[in-house]
Amino acid sequence: MTDTAPARDEVSTVTVTVNGTAIEAAKGELVIDAAERNGVYIPRFCYHHRMKPVGMCRMCLVEIDTGRGPALQPSCMIECTDGMSVETESPVSKKAQDGVLEFLLVNHPLDCPVCDKGGECPLQDQTMSYGPGESRFIEEKRHLEKPIPISQTVFLDRERCILCDRCTRFAKDVAGDPFIHFQDRGNDSQVNTFPDHPFASYFSGNTVQICPVGALTAKPFRFKARPWDLDQVESTCTSCSVGCRVVIDSSRDEVLRYSGVDSDPVNWSWLCDKGRFDFEYVNDDGRLTEPLLRTDAGQDLAPAKWSYALKTAATAIKGGLDRSGPAGVGIIGGARLANEDAYAWAKLAKGVIGTDNVDAQLDDGLPAAFVLGLPRATIDEVCAPGGTVVVYAPDIKEELPVLFLRLRHAAVEDGVKIIELAATDTGLTPLADSSLRVRPGEAADVVAALFGSGTAPEGVDPTAFFHARTLLAGGARVTAVIGRPSLAESADVAVAAAHRLLELVPSVTFLPALRRANVFGALDMGLAPGILPGRVTLDEGRAHVASGWSLATKELPTETGLDTRGILEAAANGKLDTLVLLGADPLADFPDRDLAERALTGVRTLIAVDLFLNESNRKADIVLPAAGYATTEGTTTNLEGRVTTLGQKITAPGTARADWIIAADLAGHLGGDLGVESVAQLQDEISRVAPSHAGLAAALADPANRDGVVVPVPAGPPQPPEHAVEGNPADPSHRGAAEGAPAEPVLLADGEVPGERLEHELGPDPAPATVTLPAPPSVAAPVRDAYAHRLVVTRKLYDHGTLVQHSPAIAALAAPSSPLRLNPADLDRLGIASGDRVRVTSERGSLAIDVVADSGVPKNVAALVLDQAGGAAGQLLTAGSLVTDIRVETQS
Amino acid sequence: MPRLNPDNIELAKEILGRYPRPKSALIPLLHLAQEQDGWVTDDAMEHLAELVGCTPAEVLGTCSFYEMFKREPVGPYLVNICHGISCHLLGADELLEHAEQSLGVKTGGTTADGKITLEEAECQAACTEAPCLQVNYRYRYKVANEAFDQLITDLRAGKLDDEIPPHGTLARRATRQHIPADRAAGPAAVDVNVEPVWLSRNADASEAKG
Ligand code: SF4
Ligand code: SF4
Ligand code: FES
Ligand code: FES
Repeated sequence: MTDTAPARDEVSTVTVTVNGTAIEAAKGELVIDAAERNGVYIPRFCYHHRMKPVGMCRMCLVEIDTGRGPALQPSCMIECTDGMSVETESPVSKKAQDGVLEFLLVNHPLDCPVCDKGGECPLQDQTMSYGPGESRFIEEKRHLEKPIPISQTVFLDRERCILCDRCTRFAKDVAGDPFIHFQDRGNDSQVNTFPDHPFASYFSGNTVQICPVGALTAKPFRFKARPWDLDQVESTCTSCSVGCRVVIDSSRDEVLRYSGVDSDPVNWSWLCDKGRFDFEYVNDDGRLTEPLLRTDAGQDLAPAKWSYALKTAATAIKGGLDRSGPAGVGIIGGARLANEDAYAWAKLAKGVIGTDNVDAQLDDGLPAAFVLGLPRATIDEVCAPGGTVVVYAPDIKEELPVLFLRLRHAAVEDGVKIIELAATDTGLTPLADSSLRVRPGEAADVVAALFGSGTAPEGVDPTAFFHARTLLAGGARVTAVIGRPSLAESADVAVAAAHRLLELVPSVTFLPALRRANVFGALDMGLAPGILPGRVTLDEGRAHVASGWSLATKELPTETGLDTRGILEAAANGKLDTLVLLGADPLADFPDRDLAERALTGVRTLIAVDLFLNESNRKADIVLPAAGYATTEGTTTNLEGRVTTLGQKITAPGTARADWIIAADLAGHLGGDLGVESVAQLQDEISRVAPSHAGLAAALADPANRDGVVVPVPAGPPQPPEHAVEGNPADPSHRGAAEGAPAEPVLLADGEVPGERLEHELGPDPAPATVTLPAPPSVAAPVRDAYAHRLVVTRKLYDHGTLVQHSPAIAALAAPSSPLRLNPADLDRLGIASGDRVRVTSERGSLAIDVVADSGVPKNVAALVLDQAGGAAGQLLTAGSLVTDIRVETQS
Repeated sequence: MPRLNPDNIELAKEILGRYPRPKSALIPLLHLAQEQDGWVTDDAMEHLAELVGCTPAEVLGTCSFYEMFKREPVGPYLVNICHGISCHLLGADELLEHAEQSLGVKTGGTTADGKITLEEAECQAACTEAPCLQVNYRYRYKVANEAFDQLITDLRAGKLDDEIPPHGTLARRATRQHIPADRAAGPAAVDVNVEPVWLSRNADASEAKG
């Protein structure tokens, strides 16, 4: 699409007359869009501003005169030209609308009273507003089996379908999963799947949202509520770090649905099915509703009062402090938390307890100082037409799905070139212009060769390598997506690769690809060793933060603490007294299960704050229930560093408390005072104390910034972001829907301007510089012995993690177990058949596992999916090793 | 249900080689599948999806658009009785009723011996010869009930095998599916405008003549 007529790109405007009023339109702008921008809504069914027009439904017919007399034309297919005159309400246009609606209803069952869409249905609404009121058709309508499941989550009622091609276009053009298609012809036309090939797309739920009738419905929402009974609030999805904007629909204190909001810089109205359907966990009966306490070792956890549970926890922590000092306390987790919660916990840990052993990541991401010090790119910058993107990251389709959609659009429609460095084929591979197979541990060398002058490194396909070189020779702007592609590879490898890239292409900017919910917010707020709130290091920021917290500088930790691996090692060696799991499940998620087990056994007191019981916190002595998503207001931060608001819609289950309240309560019991009483006050304090977040509260309060603000907040007046306008109030993918339910006002109820406070409260103390990139680690991958396979461990979208497993609609989509994948040639060499059970041995352990052939895995590499349900990966990995080699043998 | 057999896979590759985009070969490949089994099986559609690099749903979308690709088993002889206006006026209804009774099936059905599938069709463009029918798209004109019975008897006895090959067989397979190298245009690059080979060939030919 990029190399279409260059005239399109020329910025020029034309004048068009719409219903007698002259308006300015961009040359090439569609009539339907130009009219809407100027307040004239033309009814439509098939047109969706995030997809190419097809002119399928004819609902948008209006009289258009380009000098040859007025004629009915589909306004979604016609571009504005100078002097064009458009009549949307003339008798001829009205008659066309009447006719089209009468036609569309010929076969429509009109079962609105039992249809989920009734009340928010464009067909219903537009029939009322533009239709003839009655039909001349008395013939029998066509009959088809009432809803058929086309996937685990989506049902299709073909009688209701008006064949608008939205769902099928979405599947093919946006998601790239054309598993649904028009079938048959004429009166028999229908949307359907191939027999026994379900619409198994990670993005299938979007078709439900964009279907202009009740033909597509989502299993978890069917017959749950009437649209007019729903309460809405705008929020952000926190199921991964893309941070898609959503509308939360609730009724009777229950979350019933999420719909995507069209946030131009982020998700363009799309959501992935995990993000869309995991709302079910919020209402799940298994949620923790009261504190649990184990009074004696060996006894079961039993319900307890908050005051007692908090006092017990505080006593344990205090005991620990007395015995081993602040270093005897460690806190793991925090990515689930909102920014305000994370800030309160950081303040509790570093300001009250005095420990720096805090880490929001579970040794599955990248070092905090590296992430915070990187020159950052936004999604828009990575996807900007004409650029080249270098990707060394986890499988983006599996872990950051809507980022995959944005990259897909960039590659397919905007000519962005993707150069992928990956150990095996990934979901991104089909989109990459060049996908280089990089052996685990060797990414930095490949980057050096690619951007330097060397030849193709050993193991890299020379053709693909030189093709990538050719792409780069064009001199296009380079951005990178950097993450931890494999849990079997140390973060140092990605870090070293990024450093190499920066050396060779100093202008490069990075989009860091860490998957966990609000991990970026947690790092920004200081839930990482050596980091204080506001992207400052412990040393640089000590004085500033201490004064913000009204502490003496010596009360903050003096030395950089341990990361998760260090904390777990200390616990396993009996050196850690108290461990707090802040929404973390190390047994499932920490790559080295053996170490996690020894740590949970070795620690004296285990305290957990969580939404559900999980394998790890079942071993805790004290479990405190957290209020969680949709129960409190706050903000969250996505992988760009974009801070957006979270909406509150329901009350917390039982007596569960917000995470920041738990932190404040604990501080109180420890004899400290966090000095926080509300989310608004926390936000105010963050804006004052956290250097990278200075001015954030005011910027967020600006309605022009409803798509969020990328921190650090740029100086000067914030530019209003571009908003997609579409006025159909029935379709929540459009801003119109959210308009009625604005996100609750954020911050600064008293109207104070944080900038002013910054000056007088912080006095002469200048804000410290934010984190700079630490020196690169040295990586030299050990030589793989000729009989070993180098292991790659990745994740899938649907897994056995707590939240997915408490969301019935998607729980079953997680593969029951994951086999080891080897190249077919390797299997032949070993004399093993695909499907056989083999013995796999690593330095850490040995186990039996099924093996399958996968030509997407290169020779000498073995691939495995991390399977939280006690799967193989956790038993093979050793925390901290640069790479993991395994032996594969037939079972004797 | 069968996929393409090895011979037909070879042929499919040859056909695919003729198109700049594999998906463009879908119609000839569907013919190939129908010729192999007499109808287009689900497995064949999945196989074609693999061959042209699209999803089975997309193959089905194309296949189901065309009435003459059968997605249910049909007998080796597909009898289409015309019910267009001329044939209707000249007794097509009676002929159809007779056919249903003598074959013991309703329109759309296949006889118990699996040999004959009966269908109605729109005008077959032989209105002057009404009522008419087609067997595997071969005409029979001015068909009276007795002639119909005789036709069926002959078909069952294999007497018409030379004239009427089994359903799905392509009339001129050799020329349709195998194009000799000297007649083949060869795939042109999709995005480049080049003069079609046949045009230059015709020009050469007329030069040679003139
Ligand atoms: S199912 Fe809905 S979105 Fe799909 S074609 Fe029918 S009406 Fe359009
Ligand atoms: S991509 Fe991430 S943020 Fe977006 S809907 Fe999916 S899980 Fe939520
Ligand atoms: S909206 Fe224009 S034809 Fe459907
Ligand atoms: S009506 Fe039968 S052939 Fe035309």
